[in-house]
Amino acid sequence: MSALLETRGLVAHYGDFQALFGIDADVHEGERVALIGSNGAGKSTFLTSIAGMRRSAKESIVFDGAPIGALDAADVAALGIALVPEGRRLFPSLSVEENLAMGAFNRRKGPWNLENVYSLFPALREKRRAPATSLSGGQQQMVAIGRALMANPRLLMCDEISLGLSPAVVKEVYAALGVVCSEHGVSAIVVEQDIELARTMSDRAYCFTHGFVSLSGTSTDLTREAISAAYFGV
Amino acid sequence: MNWLDTVIQGTLLGGLYALFAMGLAVIYGVMKQINIAHGDFIVLAAYLALGIVAATGLHPFLVIPLAIVVFGFFGYAVQRTILNRTIGGDILPPLVVTYGLSIVIENALQQTQSADPRSIKLGALETASVPLGGGLAVGVFPLVMLVTAIVVAIVLEIVFNRTRLGMAFRAVSDDREIASIMGVRDKRLFGYATAISFAVIAIAGVFMGIKFTFTPSLGPNFLLYAFEAVVIGGMGSFWGTLAGGIVLGIAQAIGFALNPGWGILAGHLVFLAVLLVRPTGIFARTA
Ligand SMILES: Nc1ncnc2c1ncn2[C@@H]1O[C@H](COP(=O)(O)OP(=O)(O)OP(=O)(O)O)[C@@H](O)[C@H]1O
Ligand SMILES: [Mg+2]
Repeated sequence: MSALLETRGLVAHYGDFQALFGIDADVHEGERVALIGSNGAGKSTFLTSIAGMRRSAKESIVFDGAPIGALDAADVAALGIALVPEGRRLFPSLSVEENLAMGAFNRRKGPWNLENVYSLFPALREKRRAPATSLSGGQQQMVAIGRALMANPRLLMCDEISLGLSPAVVKEVYAALGVVCSEHGVSAIVVEQDIELARTMSDRAYCFTHGFVSLSGTSTDLTREAISAAYFGV
Repeated sequence: MNWLDTVIQGTLLGGLYALFAMGLAVIYGVMKQINIAHGDFIVLAAYLALGIVAATGLHPFLVIPLAIVVFGFFGYAVQRTILNRTIGGDILPPLVVTYGLSIVIENALQQTQSADPRSIKLGALETASVPLGGGLAVGVFPLVMLVTAIVVAIVLEIVFNRTRLGMAFRAVSDDREIASIMGVRDKRLFGYATAISFAVIAIAGVFMGIKFTFTPSLGPNFLLYAFEAVVIGGMGSFWGTLAGGIVLGIAQAIGFALNPGWGILAGHLVFLAVLLVRPTGIFARTA
């Protein structure tokens, strides 16, 4: 089976600073892939590169068989790639419901709509008219996740979504993510600081170190020792 | 001085200033940029309207819809071909480029239209007035300007708060990068914003041409009035901008009534007072 997303030798720079040094990674249909690695390893840069927030070499990112590295972010979004960005980045002048509606700006067809997001996160329903940034951190994270789901993505990328959520809600969110992936064939890339959580919620994992992939494999095969060795680059 | 009459006349004049200001506020609201050539585009619109009136003999009010369409497309083109290139980095390039446009427009008008003062004639409507009782009367034309300003504020409020386009405007203004990963095509959207701004400029230009005698060099004054009205009103809603224009109009009218040389100065003083006491503007929405 060919992969939904492939990166081949993906590099990224911030000015003179190089953040990614040739990342090769695959994500298959319906698969949940975890990205782990210490601070500054390049995990967020990897996700934002795929989302088209910076230009990459055309052939270095392939989605559903087509090279997308050089596309505009809006064109990438139209293909069904959605990102829950690091730090949520909700639109402060928009209400909760408008933030969710922005997620559906492309009008892609699929199972997700306001009603389903409110069923997943009932707390948001009563706050729908409130400015998004007036919510608690956890609720804001729910808006950010809901906004990405509203895009009815084929590939959902989540950057540290457990940040600010209580353990119970984290469990719920990852359970929901599992359902989204298995029932709707959605693929997911999840950056998660909690290694144990990252392992249990994913099918495969990549460990990033200083802009390189230092370890990858089926999540159940990766031992804690191998991960911590890769983490610290020894 | 008759205070009530002065305030009424100032309010009506404020309608024109609000129209000056709302076009500026649209661009600032979406792109967080100041169009230095804003006033020159108002003057350009007045010359355009004058030309259309001369060529067709149409009543100036009937020229307004035509001017709106022409200027709307013109604004879209200016944004897509020139201004979009200045967006996204430093705050300086948009200022420098629109300053350059301001000089180009003024000089082009001097060359082609001469520096002679012009005005758009309204005919009998120019002096028509509606009695209010108690010896007070308001001119029909100033009333039309104020009502138009109110209608424009209502339309802009609806567009920005009730439509998909307006939602995208606000989202792009908040976070351009995140809006684009939701599928918003920001450069096209900026084109739409400038088209709306220029449509308002077209209305303002026709009214200005009727109200004042104008020359190619008045642009910077109108930019200043627009800017003052925006600052007095405070960002965040077009109601604030409308109110800012009216406050500026009233301040000028009172100043003028006290001494004909003080009108403009009184407007500047109110602007400075607001900057000192409440820099976010009198009617700002507190975030
Ligand atoms: N806007 C930027 N400008 C310059 N350097 C940046 C920028 N963003 C990230 N970097 C650098 O790029 C490298 C990778 O950053 P990135 O945010 O991708 O790491 P990360 O793995 O997501 O880290 P974290 O776990 O802290 O979120 C880091 O060294 C970081 O300092
Ligand atoms: Mg990160």
